[in-house]
Amino acid sequence: MSLKVPVHDQDHAQGSADAKCTLVEYGDYECPHCGHAYPIVKRVQKHFGKKLRFVFRNFPLAEMHPNAESAAETAEFAGAHKKFWEMHDGLFENQEQLGGQLYLQLAQELGLSPQAWREAVEKREFLSRVKSDFTGGVRSGVNGTPTFFINGKRHDASFEYADLVEAIDAALASE
Amino acid sequence: MDMILAAGIAAPDFSLHVTPDQKLSLKELRGKPVILAFYPADWSPVCGDQMALYNEVLSEFHKFGAELLGISVDGVWCHDAFAKDRHLHFPLLSDFEPKGAVAKSYGAYRAEDGCCERALFVIDKNGVIAWSYCSPVAVNPGADGILEALENLPK
Repeated sequence: MSLKVPVHDQDHAQGSADAKCTLVEYGDYECPHCGHAYPIVKRVQKHFGKKLRFVFRNFPLAEMHPNAESAAETAEFAGAHKKFWEMHDGLFENQEQLGGQLYLQLAQELGLSPQAWREAVEKREFLSRVKSDFTGGVRSGVNGTPTFFINGKRHDASFEYADLVEAIDAALASE
Repeated sequence: MDMILAAGIAAPDFSLHVTPDQKLSLKELRGKPVILAFYPADWSPVCGDQMALYNEVLSEFHKFGAELLGISVDGVWCHDAFAKDRHLHFPLLSDFEPKGAVAKSYGAYRAEDGCCERALFVIDKNGVIAWSYCSPVAVNPGADGILEALENLPK
C-alpha cells in the first residue's frame, strides 16, 4: 500500500525535506489510538533527529468521533497562522476536553484571534483541506487511525516505539 | 483462503434479513453497482474498524451510484445494536440461518472459525462480479481497492 499523495509543500512537516526518511501519520485528534501514538512519535523524532521528517495529515472518523472534524479544522486554522504544531500538540494533550472551550483556550494561549477562529469554524473554511487529506488517505489505503507510511509505504506492524524504530531503521538502511 | 469468486462470474443472488422484519435481495439492487463486504464479526475493539471506515467513506462510494452492504453471520439484533452504536448508514445483512450459506456461495466462509472471511466484492450493474479481494482476516483491507474497482467499471 503506497501513499498516493506524495508529501508536498502545503503539508505540515517537521524536519527537512532532505531527510532520508519521511514518516507520514494519518490521524484523528479524538482517536485514543492516535493519542497513544502521540508521545511515541515524539520519542521516535527525538531518536532519529535530522534523519527523519514527520508529516501529519488529517483522517477524522467523523461519524465515530463527534469532535474529530472540528479539532482538525482548528489545527488547520492554527496552521494558517503558523501555529499548526503547537495546536496539534495541544489537542492531543487534551483529548478528553476536545470542544469549543478547549479550542478557544488553546487559540488564546497561542496568540490567535478567537474571533478569527470562530469565523473560520462557522464558514468551515478549512473543511475542504481536512476532507482532501481524508480522501487522499483513503486512496492510499489508510484503514484506521493512526495509519503510518514510512517513505511512502504503509506500515502495517504495530506503532509501539520499538516497532516504529525498527521499521524506520530498515527504511534508512535501504536508502 | 483465496477460493472467493473471481471477476467475470455472475454474483449469486441472495435474500437476507437486514432488519428483524425486513429482507433485502441482491437482485433488488440490479441496475447499480453493489459493494459486498463480508466480515467476521460485529464489535471488534478498535475505533477505525472496517465497517466504521466504510461508513466514513460512504459518500465516495455513492459518487459512483454504488450501494454498500455489510455481511456477517451475526444475528439481526446484534447488527441492529452495532449499527446504532457506530452510526452506520448502510445495511448490515445477517447470514445467520442457514449459517454462512451466502458466504459459502461466494467462497467466503471460514468453516473452522464459523464466520465470514474478510472478503470484498464489487458487482457491476448487471449483477456480474467486477472485482473481488480476500484480505487476511486480521488486516483491515481499507477502501482503496473498492474505489479503484468502481472507477474501472464501464460507464
